[in-house]
Amino acid sequence: MRIQDAIESVIADHSFVAALAVMGVVVWGSHAVARRFTGGRIHGSAIAIAVGLCLAYAGGWATGGRKGLADIECLAGIGLLGGGMLRDLAIVATAYGVRMQELRNAGMAGGVSLVVGIVIAFVVGSTTAYAFGYRDAVSMTTIGGGAATFIVGPVTGAAVGAGSDVIALSIATGVVKAVVVMIGTPLIAPWIGLTSPRAALIYGGLLGTTSGVAAGLAATDERLVPYGAMTATFYTGLGCLVGPSVVFVVIRSLVG
Amino acid sequence: MTIYGTAILAICLLVGQIAGVLLGRAIGIDANVGGVGIAMLMLIGVTSSLQHRGRLVPATQNGILFWSSVYIPVVVAMAACQNVRGALAGGAVAIVAGVAAAAAAFAMVPVILRSASVVREPADGVHGEA
Repeated sequence: MRIQDAIESVIADHSFVAALAVMGVVVWGSHAVARRFTGGRIHGSAIAIAVGLCLAYAGGWATGGRKGLADIECLAGIGLLGGGMLRDLAIVATAYGVRMQELRNAGMAGGVSLVVGIVIAFVVGSTTAYAFGYRDAVSMTTIGGGAATFIVGPVTGAAVGAGSDVIALSIATGVVKAVVVMIGTPLIAPWIGLTSPRAALIYGGLLGTTSGVAAGLAATDERLVPYGAMTATFYTGLGCLVGPSVVFVVIRSLVG
Repeated sequence: MTIYGTAILAICLLVGQIAGVLLGRAIGIDANVGGVGIAMLMLIGVTSSLQHRGRLVPATQNGILFWSSVYIPVVVAMAACQNVRGALAGGAVAIVAGVAAAAAAFAMVPVILRSASVVREPADGVHGEA
């Protein structure tokens, strides 16, 4: 009992260090599984991300909280390691070694993909909302924003005066999309030609969810990460811009 | 020293994020528009100019490369912090809308890729890109 107390208090005091240890074990185990059981056909990082999502589910189930594994007290350090601050630092670091020429070549296509991606998200999200009986412009726009990213949804909802239940739904929609992108990208990459920096720039602009794109590309081909992340980082801002303004006005004129 | 590289990286992120927030304010929204993207462009610019002048010694590079090499575990930790249970409990509309939005965007990748390469082909020829 004494020993258990000692271990618990040390881990609680060193929760960031514990997070590094846990992540190291998860990544190592995932690569070992990928090598041994799939012959390297499934990327070790893809398995690691899937394991991370399962752990997040388990954490939510065990604690009833919203931050996955980070809600478990002695694993709170995972929240710092996987939070926005260090994630952004690591994403920016991946840009080291990117060739400027690649960016210039696909610059225009990246811009087009951003606009198309945001339009698609709002169209798909608001029509789905309509089909499920959310037929007022406020709810349709908010859930449409959630289909863009889990930040665009609540920002749009707050701006157009949506209720907290609809806002919660839009966040859930955004998280489902991010999870689908994390798991789906490595599986679907060969079919959609996601093999070059140019394709990654377009993919980042179309999908837009920074967490989904960051993890999806990591599980597909790590060298593509900076290109996809570059365009995806503009998506949420643009979505927050057009959601409560242009999109809301258009949807309101359509459904009254 | 290694910290020089990490400091360059950190300064790029901070300046980029500030620029992103200011850009958001300029267009009238309370959100960060492309802060990380701006930081990435800055890092590419700063490091290539240092490299050009021979000032980017291996120790400095290591300060950047370390953070890019821990990218995967950071992303796995990020995945482990998602509200997966809440998302699945959100109900059918959240699941259908989330899956459909991802599927529709995936389907557009080859479409834009194809039209982009049609437009780009002659330009690539002129530049003699491999």
